[in-house]
Amino acid sequence: MNFNATLIGESIAFFVFVVFTMKYVWPQLNGAIEARQKQIEEGLAASEQAEKDLELAKKEATNKLKEAKSQAAAIIEQAKKREALIIEEAADKARAESDKILAQGQAELEAERNRARAELRAQVAVLAVTGAEKIIARSIDAKAQADILDQLVEEL
Amino acid sequence: MAANGESLTSQGYIQHHLTNAKACFTDQGLSFNYACSDAGFWTWHIDTLGWSIFLGLIFILTFRSAAKKATTGVPGKFQCAVEMIVEFVGKSVKDTYHGDSKLIAPLALTIFVWVFLLNFMDWIPVDWVGTLTAVIAGESWQIIESGQSHVYHKIVPTTDLNMTFGLSISVLALMIYYAVKIKGVGGFLKELYAHPFNTPWLYWFNLILETIALIAKPVSLALRLFGNMYAAELIFILIATIGLYQLPVHFVWAAFHLLVIPLQAFIFMMLTIVYLSMMSEKH
Repeated sequence: MNFNATLIGESIAFFVFVVFTMKYVWPQLNGAIEARQKQIEEGLAASEQAEKDLELAKKEATNKLKEAKSQAAAIIEQAKKREALIIEEAADKARAESDKILAQGQAELEAERNRARAELRAQVAVLAVTGAEKIIARSIDAKAQADILDQLVEEL
Repeated sequence: MAANGESLTSQGYIQHHLTNAKACFTDQGLSFNYACSDAGFWTWHIDTLGWSIFLGLIFILTFRSAAKKATTGVPGKFQCAVEMIVEFVGKSVKDTYHGDSKLIAPLALTIFVWVFLLNFMDWIPVDWVGTLTAVIAGESWQIIESGQSHVYHKIVPTTDLNMTFGLSISVLALMIYYAVKIKGVGGFLKELYAHPFNTPWLYWFNLILETIALIAKPVSLALRLFGNMYAAELIFILIATIGLYQLPVHFVWAAFHLLVIPLQAFIFMMLTIVYLSMMSEKH
């Protein structure tokens, strides 16, 4: 056993290496490892969350699709009803119009007939008077009835 | 060492390989090896110091470059490798040390990687670096071959007690620092004398017991690592003396050290954490 100054030299070298490692090696390396561990942990959690979200979104999409389908069916139903309604309304309107036109036509016809009847009556009267005049002119002497005529002339 | 001219003996070969390169300041200025035999404490093992600092620099520069480029996104292969080590050490610390400390984890990382690299030098064939150094130093091939070269070079720093004790005494200092920081000077001292027998007339006994227990921790820490690596190196050197058959045996022994080298680094790190957590806990 020969202890000598080498002992001191090695102790100093050891001290320097430890201090260097403590200051410039360990914190950086360990920090990097720990930071990466944290990143991986967060990544795993995020992917799990994303999977859950995806599941949820799928469910929601299915629901929305169902809802949309039923809504579309309802709208079509409504449209059909409305169509029927419009057709009926239009038919009603046309019917009323035709009734109105018919009534008008009948009224005009009636008026025409009345007028014709009146005219006819007037002409019948004239005809009758003319006939009567002719009958009377043949059977009656004009002199005998002159006084009546004179009277009539006088009345004019 | 045998005198000049004698042929190489196994003992001389082994001794030569287990001797550190020394440097010291004498009256003639900077001197090396034999000139330092009288220098006493103020001798420096330049091979231990050189390799350990070189390997320590490799450690901090490699990890620093990874730390600089560290990204929280997808890491590259280099960052992955470094992060594996960091995470392994971090987990060991978290499992054992329950207090809150910014120092323990980097300390454990430094010990683990540095000691691993220091032990790693064991895999480099025993003669390569030593012979190369002797050649560079200008020793003649004849002298190198005879094992009497005065140029020494032991490349495994953990086979030097100064290295392992340098580490473990620093750990002891940290243990005391943590004990005092968390329990106060009084609390720390009280654990030394009032434990395990809490009766005043046995305080002297407690003090001896606990002091021995405290000192035994860094001593066992240092000796365990030193013993393992020294024995490993010694057996590598012994194998190197058996002639041509050494090649497969070397391979087997080196393969066995795939286990020993990281294990010793891990044990040193783990025990450091355990000791520090023991000192940080209140009884």
